[in-house]
Amino acid sequence: MQLSLMLFMPVVGAIIAWFLPDNHRRPLVLPFFAVIHLALLSWVLVDTPPASAGGWFLLDPIGKLVMFSFSILFAACAWYAVNYLRYREDRSNRILCSALLLCLSAMCLVSISQNLGVLWVALETTSILMAPLIYFNHNARSLEATWKYFLICSVGIAVALLGIFFLAYSTIVAHQDATLLLSSLIEDAPRLNPQWRHTAFIFLLVGFGSKMGLAPMHTWKPDAYGEAPGIVGALLAGGLVNCAFLSLMRVYQIAVATQEAATFQNALIVMGLLSMAFAAVFMARQNDFKRMLAYSSVEHVGILTLALGLGKGALLGALFHMVNNCLTKGVLFLSAGNIHRAFGSKNTAVVRGAIRWVPWSGALFLTGFLAITGSPPFAPFVSEFTIVSSAFTTGNYWAGSLFLVFLAAIFIGMALTVLPVVLGEPPELEAGAAEPDRDSFVSIMPLLVLMAIMLVFGIWVPPPLRELLTAGARLLGGYR
Amino acid sequence: MGSLADQFLVLSLLINFIVLGTSRLGFAVRAVAIQGVVLGLLPALIHPFSWHIVFIVVLMICAKGVLIPWLITNAIRKAEIKREVEPFIGYIPTLVLGAICTALAFVFAKRLPMAVEHQDLLFVPASIATLMTGFLVLTTRRKAISQVIGYLLMENGIFIFGLLLAEAMPVMVEAGAVLDLLVAIFVMGIIMNHISREFSSLDTSRLTMLKEE
Repeated sequence: MQLSLMLFMPVVGAIIAWFLPDNHRRPLVLPFFAVIHLALLSWVLVDTPPASAGGWFLLDPIGKLVMFSFSILFAACAWYAVNYLRYREDRSNRILCSALLLCLSAMCLVSISQNLGVLWVALETTSILMAPLIYFNHNARSLEATWKYFLICSVGIAVALLGIFFLAYSTIVAHQDATLLLSSLIEDAPRLNPQWRHTAFIFLLVGFGSKMGLAPMHTWKPDAYGEAPGIVGALLAGGLVNCAFLSLMRVYQIAVATQEAATFQNALIVMGLLSMAFAAVFMARQNDFKRMLAYSSVEHVGILTLALGLGKGALLGALFHMVNNCLTKGVLFLSAGNIHRAFGSKNTAVVRGAIRWVPWSGALFLTGFLAITGSPPFAPFVSEFTIVSSAFTTGNYWAGSLFLVFLAAIFIGMALTVLPVVLGEPPELEAGAAEPDRDSFVSIMPLLVLMAIMLVFGIWVPPPLRELLTAGARLLGGYR
Repeated sequence: MGSLADQFLVLSLLINFIVLGTSRLGFAVRAVAIQGVVLGLLPALIHPFSWHIVFIVVLMICAKGVLIPWLITNAIRKAEIKREVEPFIGYIPTLVLGAICTALAFVFAKRLPMAVEHQDLLFVPASIATLMTGFLVLTTRRKAISQVIGYLLMENGIFIFGLLLAEAMPVMVEAGAVLDLLVAIFVMGIIMNHISREFSSLDTSRLTMLKEE
């Protein structure tokens, strides 16, 4: 009941947004339904409904964490969108508003599906809905970004579908009942046909990996994140990444129950470190600060995957880092959007000294940078510390050391771009030029809220969240 | 029944090579449409009659045989292009690569055990070969339309494998999957139209503005 409400309310919102004729008032639908969604979210978090008939839909602790993170991010983006779309009234925002709400519904479906088939359908729906959002600016650059994004993600997700089919077939070969239900797959996992199961894991890793943007399938990311509006970038880097990571965690749940758990975990460690290495290389000397954020996203999916591969105590870190990455990326993308608008450019040759022109956005961008690179006292520090300490205590010295080296390299690379953008000498205003857009209450408030959450979580993790994280890590096979 | 199904699969393997070897886009689209129809008929051959199967057959033939080819043909007409020019890798080399991929698919499939009822059928090699051919077309051609055709081939490859599971998959999931893939093609069609308007061409090698400097 609650869950179906969560799925249908955003759809209702999307329909209303589609038929509202007023371009000026339409964006108000977004915060309205975001608030309803948050209310429903707190309801299901407190009073979790039981599994649906047949066990297809169930909100388990991992799903709760994913839903919690993207719902808060969505609410912040919805709030921010009202102000943003005021600036863009030249363009119809009908498709943007409807697609955002539909995407919210699809992301909810991802987090509650316990059937791999349904999970796939929901994930594919989110990637289709993102295409018109990335193309919002309707110019040649955003078109190119959309095409690359859509082609690579479609191919990736098609490969994942084949992986799911292979997994289903391995049940038939092993004379089990053919099923795509997660709980039965986990239970039967050791008895599934090993060859098919093995092939399936490879396909699923590649498929969901390209959706997450793991290197070397990350090439669409800088383009899409660079050209999409700030809110869409934030939702891509926070919402869609978490949904794809959730799918990977579902595969992981099955894989660790089999005999080839170690192989799969090693593959994850290698993929994770490779992504961090790619990010470290391309982050340096980046002269477009939105593309830089895309590489930061590549880095963080790498961290998540690495943590999943390390297993044990790192799983807690992985889940916590998923939440932290989502919310901090929200701050970064939205403040980057403010700076982009104030300067009319995202090139670091033009954008300098943002803190003078847009003090709040500049300060938040800088704070977000410190948080995402793992500086205390923000929450990503806690999660990254959990991961690295678990790597060393479980004897993965190589992975742990490389992790630290890449983190340091990325910190330096990112600082070289962020510091001049925020603290450099601002360009002279030409005589008669229009005054740049200043910060306003609505364009800053959602970011401050997200940043405050990250600060609180960094100092004190609320007990309910701690319980959720522990329960989630237990589902993934930690603490066994 | 099994041998007839195998002949259909061989036919679809041949169509892969037609798509690899032709430079005429309209011809390639028709070839993929025929492949879609051939594959759409397959479930009726290998599974006993049930409404579930009828549903799949009708859905597949309508989507892959009529709707999608019509969409792409429309895009070709609007963009006024007929041929793929200068692919990144020439036709003869891609044909050879396609042959190698097909051979590899057979080798790979030999290593995978099959359920008793599917023994000695060509489903797995045909599926993997079609998937790889699609990937080959996708990566070696310049025109957006050719890339969509490559994606269609990949999808057909996945569908061939899905046939083995037709009875095991819930209808909801199946309908959702087919619908999603259809919408994906539809969105690609829309983006294609925008590309041809923006760049006055459907040549994706012109999409080079975004890169690391």
